[in-house]
Amino acid sequence: MLTLAHFLTLGALLFAISVAGIFLNRRNVLILLMCIELMLLAVNMNFVAFSRFMDVMDGQVFVFFILTVAAAEAAIGLAILVVLFRNRRSIAVGELSDLKG
Amino acid sequence: MTLIDLQLALPEIFVLSMTCILLLADLFIPAHRRGLTHLLAMLTLIFSAILTVRLMMPAGQEALAFSGTFIRDRFGDILKIFSYLTLAAVFVYAKHYLRQFDLLKGEFYSLSLFALLGIMVMISAGSMLTLYLGLELLALATYALVAFNRESLPGSEAAMKYFILGSLASGLLLYGMSLLYGATGTLALAEIGQSLELSTTGSGLMLTFGLVFVVVGIAFKLGVVPMHMWVPDVYHGAPLAATLFIATVPKIAGLALVIRMLDDGLSGLHGDWQMMVAVLAALSLLLGNLAAIAQTNIKRMLAYSTISHMGFMLLGILAGTPDGYASAMFYTLAYVIMSAGAFAVVIMVSTPDHEAQEIDDFKGLARRNPWQAFLMLMLMFSLAGIPVFLGFFAKWQVIAATINAGFTNLAILAVMTAVVGAFYYLRVVKVMYFDEPETEQAIAVPYDFKALLSANGLAVLALGLFSGGLIELCISAFLTG
Repeated sequence: MLTLAHFLTLGALLFAISVAGIFLNRRNVLILLMCIELMLLAVNMNFVAFSRFMDVMDGQVFVFFILTVAAAEAAIGLAILVVLFRNRRSIAVGELSDLKG
Repeated sequence: MTLIDLQLALPEIFVLSMTCILLLADLFIPAHRRGLTHLLAMLTLIFSAILTVRLMMPAGQEALAFSGTFIRDRFGDILKIFSYLTLAAVFVYAKHYLRQFDLLKGEFYSLSLFALLGIMVMISAGSMLTLYLGLELLALATYALVAFNRESLPGSEAAMKYFILGSLASGLLLYGMSLLYGATGTLALAEIGQSLELSTTGSGLMLTFGLVFVVVGIAFKLGVVPMHMWVPDVYHGAPLAATLFIATVPKIAGLALVIRMLDDGLSGLHGDWQMMVAVLAALSLLLGNLAAIAQTNIKRMLAYSTISHMGFMLLGILAGTPDGYASAMFYTLAYVIMSAGAFAVVIMVSTPDHEAQEIDDFKGLARRNPWQAFLMLMLMFSLAGIPVFLGFFAKWQVIAATINAGFTNLAILAVMTAVVGAFYYLRVVKVMYFDEPETEQAIAVPYDFKALLSANGLAVLALGLFSGGLIELCISAFLTG
């Protein structure tokens, strides 16, 4: 039988993978965008699990909003990525180091 | 949803409709008549200010709308009115910059107004859902503003960094919110507050985890140490008009985020978050002021100064009392006024072929434009916290609140770092007044820019001399019942 703890563990694992992905990835900005999506999905997992096990609906409503925001966020992120690629001809994370002081 | 709900949210509805109209109208306005878009944006702000003032809540009263997800209270109304005024000032200053750099496009206005809408939703948030949606609307519009100059290499790099770290912050905040939801079973901030008061032990671990994630997320959004890395890069890389925006209006939203989340929602955990906020404030005061000394780039210098000022703002939050919150609010409003003026002078010094970046660009400004140099001197004195000016009274209030909360050591640290901070502000004054200018030619600025800059600089002096009114206003925002 699946309990709340199973879902929360899954959510926490997904969240940890996404945060680790953001900090460990040194190659490609696209992977960062994927990690951010994964992070929001981990949160969704939490919300749905809580909502289901406590029998309160607001959590599932929140999930719909998060999905919408995630789509908008991906659109803006990819747009910025295109601008970045046009200017630099590269999307490597390690090369994002002009601004320092 | 009733008519009364809609009436309470009238300013938000008005800003949303006007922004959509502006977005469409701008398509039909030819490039050389772009002033019309500016006018339309200014009218939007003026009328929404009138709408907010007309229905302003008396002290101590609040009205709920949309099943409690939207709060209309005096605190929110005051912050909203200040946001309109600040954004109007940003538009006037930014127009001069955008003209010079051939960036005057309608998108600047529509993005800023969408960001304003996000700020308004955050200010009025009564539930974690509205708080998050407002925050994202603000953040998404701001990412785009940073990348506003598409040909700029530093601009696109800053936008990418801001986007990644901003999204990470939203994710952390959201994860914290999901745990709080699991621990309390509700999204409404007021109900979370009630359930925390009722339960003494409850799901302790989950609450603590949720609280930590929420505080880290808030710290990222405010840009306080150790989550400050994006602030200097974004201020530096963004076009000055966007930097001016980021340095002013979103700070008001930051205050609203802190008050709504930590006071309305989590005041029951005050003992837990007090120490975290104290550490964040102490680190920001130290690192912000010390790192600013080393900067030769004025945008980076002002970015580090923002970090230290956000640290000061957090000092007011520490106590968890209405007086403390009022001092934090006073500090934020004072900082926004000063920072708008300071960035306006940086915009003024920029010429079409050269965006002012270095402190050396201010060399001999006193001989070229004596009046504007004097205004900059007042703004720098005020940011440094020299008496008579607004910044001094703002610092006084938060330090008094810190001592009342029993954090005497932190108050001493705040005073000492403020003295360190005076060094880099006064260096700008020294460069303006005692260094030789490269040319004696005065910088030409449009009349509206000049008039507003004068008003802004003099406001720092006038509000300092008569600071009582603004302090009273902030205290009235936190009166109960």
